[in-house]
Amino acid sequence: MVDTSAPLLEMRNISKDFFGNQVLTDVSFSLHKGEILGLVGENGAGKSTLMNILFGMDVIQLTGGYEGEMLVDGKIVDYTSSFDAIADGIGMVHQEFSLLPDFTVAENILLNREPEKYSFISEVFGERLNSLDRNSMNEKSKKAIGKLGVAINSSMLVGRMPVGHKQFTEIARELSKESTRILVLDEPTAVLTEQEASILLSAVRSLANEGIAIIFISHRLQEIIDVCDTVLIMRDGKIVKNEKAQDLTIAQIARWMVGREVTHHADRRSFDYEHSSVMLSIKNLWVDMPGETVRNVSLDVHKGEIIGIGGLAGQGKLGIPNGAMGLFTAGGSITFEGKEIALNEPRRFLDAGMAFVSEDRRGVGLLLDESLDWNISFAAMQVNDKFLKKYLNGMLMWRDEKQIQAVAQQYIDALEIKCTSYRQKAKELSGGNQQKICLAKAFALTPKLLFVSEPTRGIDIGAKSLVLQALRDYNEKSGTTIVMISSELEELRAICDRIAIVTDGRISGILPAETPSEDFGLLMVSKRGNTEEKPA
Amino acid sequence: MSKLRETRGQKIIGALEKNAVPILFGIICLIGIPFSGYSLGYLGQEIIVRISRNSFLIIALLVPIMAGMGLNFGMTLGAMAGQIGLIFMVDWGIVGIPGMILAMIISTPISAFLGWMCGKILNMAKGREMVTSYIIGFFINGVYQLIVLYGMGSVIPIKNTSLVLPRGYGIRNTVNLITIRKALDNLLAIRFLGISIPFATLLIIALLCIFIVWFRRTKLGQDMRAVGQDMEVARAAGIRVEHTRIVSVVISTILAGYGMILYLQNMGTLNTYNSHMQIGMFSIAALLVGGASVARASIGNVFLGVSLFHLMFVVSPPAGKRIIGDAQLGEYFRVFVSYGVITIALVLYEIRKRRKAARGGLLLAQDQVDSGEVDA
Amino acid sequence: MTKIKQFIHSFGWPRIIIGLFLLSLFIIAPFVGINVSTSLSDTIVRFGMNGIMVLAMVPMIHSGCGLNFGLPLGIIAGLLGGTLSIEFNFVGNVSFLMAILLSTPFAVILGWGYGKLLNRVKGSEMMIATYVGFSSVAFMCIMWLLLPYNHPSMVWGYAGTGLRTTISTEGYYWHVLSNFLKFGIGDHFTFPTGMILFFALIAFLMWAFLHTKKGTAMTAVGSNPVFARASGINIDKIRTLSVIMSTWLGAIGILVYQQSFGFIQLYMGPFYMALPAVSAILIGGASVNKATILNVVVGTLLFQGILTMTPSVMNSIIHTDMSEVIRIIVSNGMILYALTRKSEATR
Repeated sequence: MVDTSAPLLEMRNISKDFFGNQVLTDVSFSLHKGEILGLVGENGAGKSTLMNILFGMDVIQLTGGYEGEMLVDGKIVDYTSSFDAIADGIGMVHQEFSLLPDFTVAENILLNREPEKYSFISEVFGERLNSLDRNSMNEKSKKAIGKLGVAINSSMLVGRMPVGHKQFTEIARELSKESTRILVLDEPTAVLTEQEASILLSAVRSLANEGIAIIFISHRLQEIIDVCDTVLIMRDGKIVKNEKAQDLTIAQIARWMVGREVTHHADRRSFDYEHSSVMLSIKNLWVDMPGETVRNVSLDVHKGEIIGIGGLAGQGKLGIPNGAMGLFTAGGSITFEGKEIALNEPRRFLDAGMAFVSEDRRGVGLLLDESLDWNISFAAMQVNDKFLKKYLNGMLMWRDEKQIQAVAQQYIDALEIKCTSYRQKAKELSGGNQQKICLAKAFALTPKLLFVSEPTRGIDIGAKSLVLQALRDYNEKSGTTIVMISSELEELRAICDRIAIVTDGRISGILPAETPSEDFGLLMVSKRGNTEEKPA
Repeated sequence: MSKLRETRGQKIIGALEKNAVPILFGIICLIGIPFSGYSLGYLGQEIIVRISRNSFLIIALLVPIMAGMGLNFGMTLGAMAGQIGLIFMVDWGIVGIPGMILAMIISTPISAFLGWMCGKILNMAKGREMVTSYIIGFFINGVYQLIVLYGMGSVIPIKNTSLVLPRGYGIRNTVNLITIRKALDNLLAIRFLGISIPFATLLIIALLCIFIVWFRRTKLGQDMRAVGQDMEVARAAGIRVEHTRIVSVVISTILAGYGMILYLQNMGTLNTYNSHMQIGMFSIAALLVGGASVARASIGNVFLGVSLFHLMFVVSPPAGKRIIGDAQLGEYFRVFVSYGVITIALVLYEIRKRRKAARGGLLLAQDQVDSGEVDA
Repeated sequence: MTKIKQFIHSFGWPRIIIGLFLLSLFIIAPFVGINVSTSLSDTIVRFGMNGIMVLAMVPMIHSGCGLNFGLPLGIIAGLLGGTLSIEFNFVGNVSFLMAILLSTPFAVILGWGYGKLLNRVKGSEMMIATYVGFSSVAFMCIMWLLLPYNHPSMVWGYAGTGLRTTISTEGYYWHVLSNFLKFGIGDHFTFPTGMILFFALIAFLMWAFLHTKKGTAMTAVGSNPVFARASGINIDKIRTLSVIMSTWLGAIGILVYQQSFGFIQLYMGPFYMALPAVSAILIGGASVNKATILNVVVGTLLFQGILTMTPSVMNSIIHTDMSEVIRIIVSNGMILYALTRKSEATR
């Protein structure tokens, strides 16, 4: 049913950078009435930025707009806010629910677009005192839900519904807008059961038949192949492939996604982890970290190795270190050097000789309002009693400012941290330098095992290689075992000995780092149980 | 993920805890009543009087709760506006029902302005609305004193010398409201089973209840409920969040002003510098006694709360005297209970909120066990 | 020029206005016939009386519990210590020492419970602290009547039981600190050396504590609790410790106040005691999660200076005592300013 005449939406040579960091380069594509366009790519490939541009999100305006042209119905558009985009018939279903739990389905679907009954009071006090037309609200929402082919009671409270129904409610909200012509679905099946997902997919098909154009973002490649007409594959801010869906295979798409086959990493080493003892053993770990839930993960880490944990965002890879350290509620067991470490107590984790560099630098990693020397020395001071002058048999432990400043200066020099002095406040540093402070903090603890989470997120390329080099050096010089969690596969392949991939909260496979990217790509998009752990 | 399984015991405890405050109060009253020596007829009369006196003020608290701003400790602002209205009414010598209407008319713009200001400030202190509105109450009390104690009679002309302090300016500590005393209560009053019922007052309260019910169904009411649940979602849907929050405080403040006038016509005297300070605390305590929480309150909570709270208030001094032999003790007891109940209600609300957040982990553990994944 | 701007920014407009206001009061004072040395002397005495209660705000601000509106709880511990010391017939210097010693266990126990409670209501500490203060004052009203005190200088004469609303400290610990090494300059200026020294001692101990390992942890908990947790700190323990410290300082604070003032005020006396202390430290430049000893000193001087100067100066100029109203507006306005500042609203 794809209409081959003039495209409904056309993007021409869209480019976008965030303060010099190029995230989209020369992106062009078109979308026709009734077409379903699959959009795939790794995290950071530029999908969300592209959708933010389409939807006129504030963040684009605030960071200096974009280059290129966007045409809807043949006319150039320039949305200054998402409300403009909505008015133009663009509907977007975000990955996070935007629903009110104490409102019914009908109230949520028609939020701020409720049909009203005229009342004379509103003549005096303004339109907001019209009462709501409940009957018409129910009818409208029923109609919108009906388009999806599911049975949801429109007078049910959203907070009491299963998560799949919430997803349908979100989509029905966009459908209830008469003007919706283009619908963006961002990972709509991520939270659905198989059965619900198949209902949704057939609903998507029938919507397309009615002439709505759909952009379908998903990591489940089989779905993409099944439901889409065309597939756009993005990598590093560019469109690498624009293909008809019917001819594609999962393996092809996965290869294009992870792309860039770097067969030889200059400094790759061979490390015989199998013959070194198991240092840390994680068993049946579950972690309740919002957006990064971990389910039943078991993993052994060998002494001296650098093990990577990869996977797509939201699949749970970040939950593993956060849960192991106890920053989020976790269950299961962790054994380090033969001793069981109590969960949910960061102190036990640190006392055992482990450290964690969080992916959330500003929230967890730093004291933004304090000086650099405090940031670097604090954890070591509290955990290892370093940088303290002890009086009265250790009854009185006085902060030793001289030592603190000396160690701060030492790391500032060693890691080439750009700052005015160790007195500068952490919040005044750039992302890369903040990351180095976080590393310095962890190094100061002299851990036997170091978890590093997304060490290069949000920092520029120069700083990236410095940070990675620092980690590798640290591993080799002081023999520290490193567990590195990253969304960037190539980065993991460059410095790790082996890499575990996390999908849907579980480890879907562990492979040696020299395995081709394509195999990792398949692990990332595989459903649970599809892949057995290969013998290394 | 599904529901968290609970044993029946956990469920019963959960239900008891949810209604802990009203149940506790019911028990205090049940113990106190026989000791107080009051007849049931007398207590019934007292409850009717107190419902007609206080419930309007308490209903004024409902609107900001709807908008997610918690208990509006800033209702004292409205009370002050109402008192200013009454002072002018007495000064201009308008009596009876017309006097009350005049006082309401004067109070309206003052309440609206104060409410607007309060709303603006609360928008700057999101997440700590209650403590901020509480301090605003104190702050405006300073301004009120500046105007009433120093401004009136000097800058603002006051003709009636009986209102003014002997030094020539400033309003006296008590203002006699004999001209409107029970003007409304006695209108259409009826006697039923030996209890006199202020029909007109109750009628107005009933009308206010209808207004609240109707208001919940309007677009504005719907917007407020949306803002109250999640400001970001409401904003994304195009609702003017800040504006809606301000409107809710303005409505509450204006209603509190009217409520104060109704309250004082029943009392018959105005304690110029004290009445408004206590009224906020008593209204909030009564609402919480009725089983309301920081996030949820209904009209039912208002009437249950007013009855239980004031029953305790009436009963405790004589009961204290009977039990321990000191009426003063009963006085202190009821002050303690008023503050204590607010403390307990606030603490329980916070604890419940945290427990809800901890449910996710329990669910995950349950799932893992259910699916037989743990090979224990 | 930029230096000046930076200074104004870091110091904050409200403090500059209040500072200038106080300065102008001191300048006007001699012209309207007020003795400046008396005023200065009064200001210093009030500073000594209130300083420790303002200092009591510091630990809880550092640990991120916010402004301690529950100070009355600490004051109650102090009242218990003071009354027990008199009940046991201690006199003179010993009575003051005993009052401190006797109030300590109460402060520790009450503070511990109060801290535990605040740990369960993170994010809403200030509102709940206010009501903990109020409820405890109301509860103690009952207790003052019921507790078996029977020292004749404290109980109601006619009944023989139940404590009086005000009890004189004369003969017990009245002026035990104020008179220590006291000296005068001219006829109107006296310096309560002992009281100021005592404040300095307590302030020094506080300063020293903040330089120890535990104190550093406390600051970090207030600055970023998640960071502190990730560095192995038991946040709840540190917060409880800070609340106990605040409560104990409140107890000591009220005893110092009483030894200068001359009376123990029971029943509703402690009810509103938290507000002046809270606004004083804010006037001194503290915010909801940052405070230094300097903030305490500057704030107490400014706040008490205004309380001393406005009544007398106003009275002489317009023959009206508006000081109470000005106190209410200034102190609550200051708290409002702190509560609504953007930088703090984010956390």
